[in-house]
Amino acid sequence: MMMPSQPRPVFLNLFQIRLPVAGVMSIAHRIAGVLLFLAIPFAIALLSLALADEKGFFQTQALLQQPLTQMGLLLLLWALSHHFLAGIRYLLIDIHLGVQAPRYRHTAWAVLIAAPVLAVLLLWGLS
Amino acid sequence: MSRHLSGFRAWMWQRASAIYLAGFLVYTLGYLIVAPPLDHQALKSWLGGSGMWLATALFFLALLLHAWIGVRDVILDYIGPAGLRLGILAAVFLFLLVCGLWVLSILMGVL
Repeated sequence: MMMPSQPRPVFLNLFQIRLPVAGVMSIAHRIAGVLLFLAIPFAIALLSLALADEKGFFQTQALLQQPLTQMGLLLLLWALSHHFLAGIRYLLIDIHLGVQAPRYRHTAWAVLIAAPVLAVLLLWGLS
Repeated sequence: MSRHLSGFRAWMWQRASAIYLAGFLVYTLGYLIVAPPLDHQALKSWLGGSGMWLATALFFLALLLHAWIGVRDVILDYIGPAGLRLGILAAVFLFLLVCGLWVLSILMGVL
């Protein structure tokens, strides 16, 4: 095997790697997915409390109104909205929609911007 | 499970479950916004209705499957050492299994 005459440049400064917008959307889809995965037991616990009895139902309601819970809820709804919208974008790309050059970039921007808006609307609608 | 749920098959299941999860979430969140159950009895009879009960059970099944494939992909991408990788995969699998049994016990109580 031929060795390179000079050591190859290693360039892993994360602050100097500029990810294109579709890349940012993609890694956010991953992070959101992991976040939602971690939220599963909390969601089940809430469901369990709400279904336990009359008192549990009102305790769940009160818990969901707490400012701290609302902040966590907003974060999770953002993760859910992003994962949902980016996922639909991937499904459309699977059937060859939005693959072309400017289009895939526009939809990536659209997902990044629409997700937090949808999250706020959902929190508002559900409260 | 890993051996049977890899490559194209995992890819396909990930998309099939995604479509179901999306449909269920749109319906359920829409319902909760438009006509939220206002007390324990209302919630119980909503989830206990035969169609909704089955759809909810299927939702959690799809969710756990979707989470397993997704998190497994993330682990395979970022965790190098074989022992550590296997350990974390096993922990995630067990975690999802416990979640599934927990949900099942809750849903059985609604019936």
